[in-house]
Amino acid sequence: MTAQTEAPQQAPAAEVGRARLRKEDERLITGQTNWTDNIRLPGMLHVAFLRSPFAHARISSVNVSAARSDPGVIAAFSGADFAAEQGSLPCAWPVTPDIVMPAHPPMATDEVRYVGEAVACVVARDRYAAADALAAIEIDYEPLPPVLDIRTALHEGSPKVHEAGNKSFEWVFANGDMEAAFGDAPVVLERYYRQQRLIPAAMEPRSVVCSCVGGEFTLWSATQIPHVLRVMLALVTGIPEQNIRVIAPDVGGGFGSKLQVTAEEVLALLIARKLGRPVKWTESRSEGNMTVHHGRDQWQHLRIAADRDGRVRGLEVDLLADMGAYLMLVTPGVPLLGAFMFPAIYKMDAYSFKCTGVFTTKMPTDAYRGAGRPEATFAIERLMDELAAELALDPIELRERNWIKHEEFPFTTVCGLTYDSGNYEAATAKAKELFDYDGLRKEQELRRASNDPVQLGIGVSTFTEMCGLAPSRVLGSLAYGAGGWEQASIRMLPTGKVEVVTGSSAHGQGHETAWSQIVADQLGVPFEDIRVLHGDTQVSPKGMDTYGSRSLAVGGMALVSACDKVVEKAKVIAAGMLEASADDLEWSPGRFAVRGDPDKGVTIGEIALATFLAHNLPDGVEPTIDADATYDPDNFSFPHGTHLCATEVDTETGFVKIRSYVCVDDIGAVVNPLIVEGQVHGGLAQGIAQALYEEAVYDDDGNLVTSTLADYLVPSASDLPSYVTGRTESRADNPLGVKGVGEAGTIASTPAVVNAIVDALRPFGVDDVTMPCTPERVWRAIAESRGGAA
Amino acid sequence: MAEVTVTVDGVKYADHVEPRMLLVHYLREIVGKTGTPIGCDTSNCGACTVLLDGESVKSCAVLAVQADGSEVTTIEGMANGSLHPLQRAFHEEHALQCGYCTPGMIMAASDLLRENPHPSNEEIREGLEGNLCRCTGYENIVRAVRRAAQAGANA
Repeated sequence: MTAQTEAPQQAPAAEVGRARLRKEDERLITGQTNWTDNIRLPGMLHVAFLRSPFAHARISSVNVSAARSDPGVIAAFSGADFAAEQGSLPCAWPVTPDIVMPAHPPMATDEVRYVGEAVACVVARDRYAAADALAAIEIDYEPLPPVLDIRTALHEGSPKVHEAGNKSFEWVFANGDMEAAFGDAPVVLERYYRQQRLIPAAMEPRSVVCSCVGGEFTLWSATQIPHVLRVMLALVTGIPEQNIRVIAPDVGGGFGSKLQVTAEEVLALLIARKLGRPVKWTESRSEGNMTVHHGRDQWQHLRIAADRDGRVRGLEVDLLADMGAYLMLVTPGVPLLGAFMFPAIYKMDAYSFKCTGVFTTKMPTDAYRGAGRPEATFAIERLMDELAAELALDPIELRERNWIKHEEFPFTTVCGLTYDSGNYEAATAKAKELFDYDGLRKEQELRRASNDPVQLGIGVSTFTEMCGLAPSRVLGSLAYGAGGWEQASIRMLPTGKVEVVTGSSAHGQGHETAWSQIVADQLGVPFEDIRVLHGDTQVSPKGMDTYGSRSLAVGGMALVSACDKVVEKAKVIAAGMLEASADDLEWSPGRFAVRGDPDKGVTIGEIALATFLAHNLPDGVEPTIDADATYDPDNFSFPHGTHLCATEVDTETGFVKIRSYVCVDDIGAVVNPLIVEGQVHGGLAQGIAQALYEEAVYDDDGNLVTSTLADYLVPSASDLPSYVTGRTESRADNPLGVKGVGEAGTIASTPAVVNAIVDALRPFGVDDVTMPCTPERVWRAIAESRGGAA
Repeated sequence: MAEVTVTVDGVKYADHVEPRMLLVHYLREIVGKTGTPIGCDTSNCGACTVLLDGESVKSCAVLAVQADGSEVTTIEGMANGSLHPLQRAFHEEHALQCGYCTPGMIMAASDLLRENPHPSNEEIREGLEGNLCRCTGYENIVRAVRRAAQAGANA
């Protein structure tokens, strides 16, 4: 008797919070992968594209007929062959009512506007034959003047990218009394910062395979967005949506670059339809550098007003943002995602923001890890360091005087965002301790005093970001063309195992592992008994896919909600099985028991089997406990953290070495610390790469100079430091308490590194180094300051 | 067309190939070893790294005909009944996210450990500088190679 007072089943240890090794890994470490380029269908043909060598030109004639007679060539097409059916590549974010949104044909027909734009293609038996036959295509171009600099593109008399001119839109936001904030401010700083153009460079090049059988299309693509892509392909081509299935198989990284509806995807569909045979196209890296959308590319004009004690009064932001030649899926929206983030974690009275989107004859820009928020964070965190220097305050001290105190949450910012939680004091204190902030400041003083040729700099970045994209209503108010919800389904199998279907399609994030952990806790089933399915519109019919650190903060909630529904349904059936009233049942994950009689119970697996058999279900009860849920968040989530970087800058060579890097991130509750740490590391690497190494460079004719990985410096292991990571936790206001981590490292680290470089060189009179801070640029910044002082 | 005889992961293949065909295309498209991916066209990324007669090469920088008479080991030949210590270490240290660079990274690391069974962190970073990863920031890759070295991966 006494023994029975104990719970008959020990509640299983919580899965959420465990450093579970990933389920995804086995196939990836053994080479049993399913990359799109691995797919081989019977009778499959290979496509190669001929691309414009001109940044801007009129196409006077295209002749593909000679290519058609090359051996192994099945077909060759020019833009004219697709003109009637190819539509225009979509832009889902017309940010203003009067935005200029020029038509964007997947294959150019009469004018090309960037180097790499597709002008013709060959379809052949193998990829070598297809590439060979491109040489037989004859195209006459009439070159037109390129437009390459957004600072002059709006000047009177500038050549035009499009008939309607070079301005796409102007978007403004303001709150508070700017005149009062700036009018009599004792300190006003004005700065111009450059956000260079970047190439996302996911390791897997884009690839697309399309088959068309009896009017039904299956399209495999290395994409982040199978669901969005399906809708858009239907809208662009007119092919009925129900006849298109999109599959994102294993996808080798995205970072925003595969959040796109590309010309090649549309054309693969059309070619497969024309020929009635499956086709494949896989880009080369140099093709990809030219034609996968680029990121960043802004000129930022900033003014900040403050009191003498460092209190920030107001901030004015005026951006020029390079759209490139066309508006792609969310091109104009990227700077808007930053618009609300310039005030960051700081309180201020007034804020104004203006962004002008400008066309150039370059590859369009679009989302790249962070999308708008790295640009904003860089600007404000650089400015805070400049303000600290101006006021001779420690940069952390200045930040502390301005940031939202932990007891002030929830806090509505000058942008109107309500930050639900955060503790900037805790993250900063922990980061300072891990970094030995005071010790490094002492060493810096010594090196300065001894005129050490290698100077030490300390960079601070106390960032926040808005992620968990996004409340649908907010997206609607910003004129975005879709919602921000996410979907999940739970299927209880008769053997007690579970299939989880998520609309958030993963490409390296580890959903299969993390989702299993969440469902294991919610339903009380073993981690191993759960399989997560995603990335195929036939398997997971609804979803908004993966970007903007949304998968867990939005998709995770859908998962919890679907599990709740399963438990609700199971309860009714359990009541029947136990011959008890549903009201008398108690749920402990995995099992219903009769209140007061814990021996009398049924497990979720037994309920699943009874439901499958359906022999003895209560009257009127549907024989399923499966459930779907769609979750639309009420608010964004706001991860934050404090990043500290120490650089050693050789003032004779300009060489920068990161000596130590400490970050303490508050991303709310953590589902899997291993995955979180990996996301932070990778994010840091990309942010540091922007600070030190990477820049997409066009020459004066509009040719991409950095078209290979020999020219575009994606850092290797030997270029990057070891990171010290820490965490603090303030739970987000959602059922899991989670915020998101995919972009944090990238957003925070770039200003930390540049601030450290500038801090090292402050005694030389240097107050900025343009990114990427190459040895040459650092050396020149020193030389120019010395020259200026002489 | 040229005739080549290549042993790939312990199996002998004889094929006729175009003399210009890259080894990586031969492996992927003729032999069907799609475990070895292609990440670039300038031999910078290392995703296609395999062992050619025991030494790591970027298989996009070798012609299939140059491998005639040779033995090639790809990622698919690394697990011998159980996972190779490097494969296990990459899993245990969370040294991969999207996994696209992983085959090349593991093959390059195996050559590194053959030459230097107990490398320092610095030596690991330098030894793998020909292999790019965009996801992990390399920290956990370094840890994985160190763990594999401790497990005697070169044995």
